[in-house]
Amino acid sequence: MRGTKRSNALRVLQMSLLVFWSAVAAAATDNADPSMSPTNIFAPVSTPAKSIFGLSMFVLAVTAAIFVVVFTLLAYSVVKFRKRANDDGREPPQVYGSNQVEIAWTVIPVLVVLTLLVATARVIADVQNAARPDNTVEVTAIGHQFWWEFRYPALGVATANELHVPVSDGNHPIPTFIKLLSADTDHSFWVPRLAGKTDLIPNHPNSMWIDPHETGVYLGQCAQYCGTQHAKMLLRVYVQSREDFESWIREQRQPAVVADAVSEGRRVFETTACINCHSVAGTMANGRFGPDLTHLMSRETIAAGAALNTPENLRLWIRNPDAIKPGSLMPAMELNDRDLDALTAYLETLR
Amino acid sequence: MSSDSIALPRAEATSRPLVDALHGWVTTVDHKRLGTLYILYALIFLVIGGIEAGIMRIQLMHAHNDFVSPQVFNRMFTMHGTTMIFFVAMPLVFGFANYLIPLMIGARDMAFPRLNAFSFWLMAFGGFLLYFSLVGANGLYGAGNAPDVGWFAYAPLTSRTFSVGHSTDFWTLGLLVSGFGSIGTAINILTTILCMRCPGMSLGKMPLFAWLNLVMSGMVILAISPLTAAQVMLLVDRYLGGHFFDTQAGGSAVVWMHFFWIFGHPEVYVLAIPAFAFASEIIPVFSRKAIFGYPVMVAATICIGFIGMSVWAHHMFTVGMSSSANTFFVLSTMAIAVPTGIKIFNWLATMWGGKIEFKTPMLFCVAFLFQFLVAGLTGIMLGAAPFDWQLSNSYFVVAHFHYVIVGGILFTIFGAFYYWFPKMSGKMCNETLGKLHFWLFFIGFHLTFDLMHIPGMLGMPRRIYTYEPGRGWDVWNLIVTIGVFFQALGTVIFVTNLLWSYFKGKAAGSDPWDAWTLEWSTSSPPPAYNFASIPVVKSRRPLWDLKHPNDPDWKYE
Repeated sequence: MRGTKRSNALRVLQMSLLVFWSAVAAAATDNADPSMSPTNIFAPVSTPAKSIFGLSMFVLAVTAAIFVVVFTLLAYSVVKFRKRANDDGREPPQVYGSNQVEIAWTVIPVLVVLTLLVATARVIADVQNAARPDNTVEVTAIGHQFWWEFRYPALGVATANELHVPVSDGNHPIPTFIKLLSADTDHSFWVPRLAGKTDLIPNHPNSMWIDPHETGVYLGQCAQYCGTQHAKMLLRVYVQSREDFESWIREQRQPAVVADAVSEGRRVFETTACINCHSVAGTMANGRFGPDLTHLMSRETIAAGAALNTPENLRLWIRNPDAIKPGSLMPAMELNDRDLDALTAYLETLR
Repeated sequence: MSSDSIALPRAEATSRPLVDALHGWVTTVDHKRLGTLYILYALIFLVIGGIEAGIMRIQLMHAHNDFVSPQVFNRMFTMHGTTMIFFVAMPLVFGFANYLIPLMIGARDMAFPRLNAFSFWLMAFGGFLLYFSLVGANGLYGAGNAPDVGWFAYAPLTSRTFSVGHSTDFWTLGLLVSGFGSIGTAINILTTILCMRCPGMSLGKMPLFAWLNLVMSGMVILAISPLTAAQVMLLVDRYLGGHFFDTQAGGSAVVWMHFFWIFGHPEVYVLAIPAFAFASEIIPVFSRKAIFGYPVMVAATICIGFIGMSVWAHHMFTVGMSSSANTFFVLSTMAIAVPTGIKIFNWLATMWGGKIEFKTPMLFCVAFLFQFLVAGLTGIMLGAAPFDWQLSNSYFVVAHFHYVIVGGILFTIFGAFYYWFPKMSGKMCNETLGKLHFWLFFIGFHLTFDLMHIPGMLGMPRRIYTYEPGRGWDVWNLIVTIGVFFQALGTVIFVTNLLWSYFKGKAAGSDPWDAWTLEWSTSSPPPAYNFASIPVVKSRRPLWDLKHPNDPDWKYE
C-alpha cells in the first residue's frame, strides 16, 4: 500500500512540474507585452533583436519538443518500473545494451544538432555581417567606470548615458552603427529590445548596429561586471523621429549657454576640481574623465541613470555622490552651502 | 596473498588521546582518510559558500534594497563562486574518487599515497589563502578585505590600477596553490586506475565510476594547467611589470578570457563527469539492472572529454569574435549535446524494465536526470550564439549553470553521500531525514533556479547589487530568495542526518544495498588495507557473479 501511495505522490509531482515549467516558458515567451518589462528580450523593435527573437522561438520549440519526449520517458519509467509492494524479490531480467537503439539515439540528436546549427549560423551571419548603408548614423560609445560616453564624430556631438538615435522605418531606413570602446575595464552594451549585447573591451574595438522601428525610450544597462558600481551603469536609448533627432543634434552642437546671473556658480565650477574631469564646450573646462556637461540639462537623468535630473538630486550628487551611487568615482566636492547653491544654479543653466 | 598470515589491528580500535588521533589525521597517507578529509573540508566550505549566497539573495529580495553595500555584495559573489567551484565541488569530487577508486578496483591504496596527502594539504592551504584575504588583503591601502573581481576575474579589473591592495593576490595565490594540488590528485587517480587494478579487471571490466574518473583526471591536467599559467602571468603583471593583460600598455583583456575559459569550460565537465559517475553506480543498483550500453557510456564520456576541450569560447560570444569563430563554437557546443544525450538515454534504458527502489540515493539521481535534462536544454539555447547575445551575462545564465552545478552535480553528490555513507562510517543514514532533506532541497532548488531564468529573459544582468523597480524583476527575485531558505533548511537536515547517523545510526553491514562492485565486498568501514586478499574479478559486476553463481555476468559481457 505504501508503495502505491508514494508513486501517486510522485506522479502528481511530476505532472505539476510539467505544468509549472510550461507556465514558466509561457509567461516568459508568449507574453511579449513590453509593459510586463521594458527590458524584455521577447519584445524586439529593431532588426538584430528581431532576428534573435526568431531564432529564439525556433530553439525554444526544438528544446521543448526534446523536453517533452525525454521527460515522458523518464516519468513513464519512474511510474511503470517502480518496485511493487507485492514484489517477488527476484531480480529483473538483465539487459546489457542494444546497438540498434544506441544508433537511433545517436543519429537523431545529430540531425537535430545540424538543424539547429544551420539556423543559428544564418542568424549569426545576418546580424554580424550586415552591410553598412551610406546613410547610417555613426556613434562611438566609450565605457567608463561607471557611465557611458557617446560621441557622434560626423556630427560633432558629445553626450553621456542617454543615446539619441533616429527611428528607422521601412520607408526611411537609417541604421545606427555603434563603435564600442572602453576607457578602463570591460563593459557590455545591452538594450534588450534593440539588440543583443556586445562587450566594450579596452584595446579591442567592437561594433554593433541597431535600427529601431518605433520611437520611444528603450532601457538597458551595463552587462559585464566592471567594478563597484556596475549595477548603476544604466543605459537609455531615445529613439526619435527624424525631425526630432535633427533638432536634438542642432541643440547639442551649440556651445554652452553663458548667463551672467550665474557667474558666481561658473567661477566655482572653473576654480575647483570639476574641470579636471568635465567638459563644458566654449569654456576652459575640458576634462574627459567624466561626462560632458555642455548640455547637462537636456538629459533626464544624472549619474548614469541612477537618479532623475532634478535640482535637489544634482545638489546632493555634488555634495555627496555616495548618497546616490556608493563607490562612484566622482569625489564629494566638500563645498560650503553657498558655493553649492551657486554651482547648482550654474549647472541648471546648461541647457 | 593470503589474509591468514596478516593480522593487522584495526586502526581506530584502541582509544587514544585526542592529540594523537588528530596527529594521525594530519599525517595520514591512507586514501580513505584523505578522502574523508577532502569531504569534510568541502562540507565546511559548502556552508560558508551557502551563507554568502544567502547574503546576496537577501540583498536582491526587492529593488533598491540596502542589506549590504555594493562593495560587500561584489565580494560575496566573487567568494561564493570561487569557494563553490574550487573549495566545494572539486574537493567533494576528489574526496569520493580518493575514497572509492582503490576500493572499486581492488587496490590497497592510491598509486602515490604521499603525493595524495601533499595534494590534499595544498588544496586545503589554497582555501585558507583565499579566506585569509579577509584579514590580509587590506595591505596599506585600506582597500577592502576580500577579492571583488568576480570568479572569472576578467582583466583589466585585476590589474593594480583597478584592484589596489592584496585581495586579488590572495585570489590568485589561492587558485594557484590549490591548482597544483588538483593536478597532483589527477595524476594520482590516473596512475592508480591505469596501474593498480586487481587481477582480471581489464579496462573494459572497470566500474564506470573508474572510467569516468579516469577521463575527469585527464581533463584536470589539461584544464588546470592554463589556469595556473594565467595566474602566474597575472602575478607577473601585478608585481614584475608584465603587460600580458595590461590593456593600457598594449596587453590584451581577451587573452585572459581565453586562458580562463579554456580552463573554465572543461572544469564544468571535470565536475559533471564525476556526477555522471555517481549516477552510473547508483541508478543500476536501485533499478536492479546492469548499466545499459556500458561500452557506449565509456565512448560517450571520452567524447565529452575531447569535445569539452573545444567549446570554451561559447563563454565569449559577446566579446566580438568573427562570425566564423562564433559559428565554430556553436558547432562544438551543440555537438557535445549528442554524447550527453546518449548518457541520459542509457540511464533511462537502465531504469527501463527494472524494479526501481526509491531510496534516498535514487531519489537524488532521478531528480538529477530531470534537472540535467533541463540544464542541457537551456545550454542548447545559450549555445545558439545570437540567443546568447541576449542571454549571456544575464540571470538566465546564472540559472542555467546553477541548474548544472546544483541540480546536476550537487544532487548526485547528495545521492553519493547517502549511498556510500554506510560504507565510510559503517552506519546507515536515517531514511526519513534523508527523504525530508531531498524534498526540502528539491522544492527549494526549483523555487530558486526555475524562476531565476525569468528575470534574465527580462533583461536583468548578473552581478548587480541592486536593480531598478518597474522592470518586472521584483516578484521573481522575491520567490527566488524564498527558495534559498528551503535549500538552507534541507542542508541543515542533511548535516544533522550525517551527525545523527554517525553516532546513532544502525549498523550497515558490508553490503547494505545488495550492490555489485568491489567496495561492497569488504567490511564497513573498510580496514586500512582494504582487502584481506586482493580480489580476482571476471566481469564488471563481481558481486553479481558471486550472488548468482548460476547466471554470472561474465557469460554475457
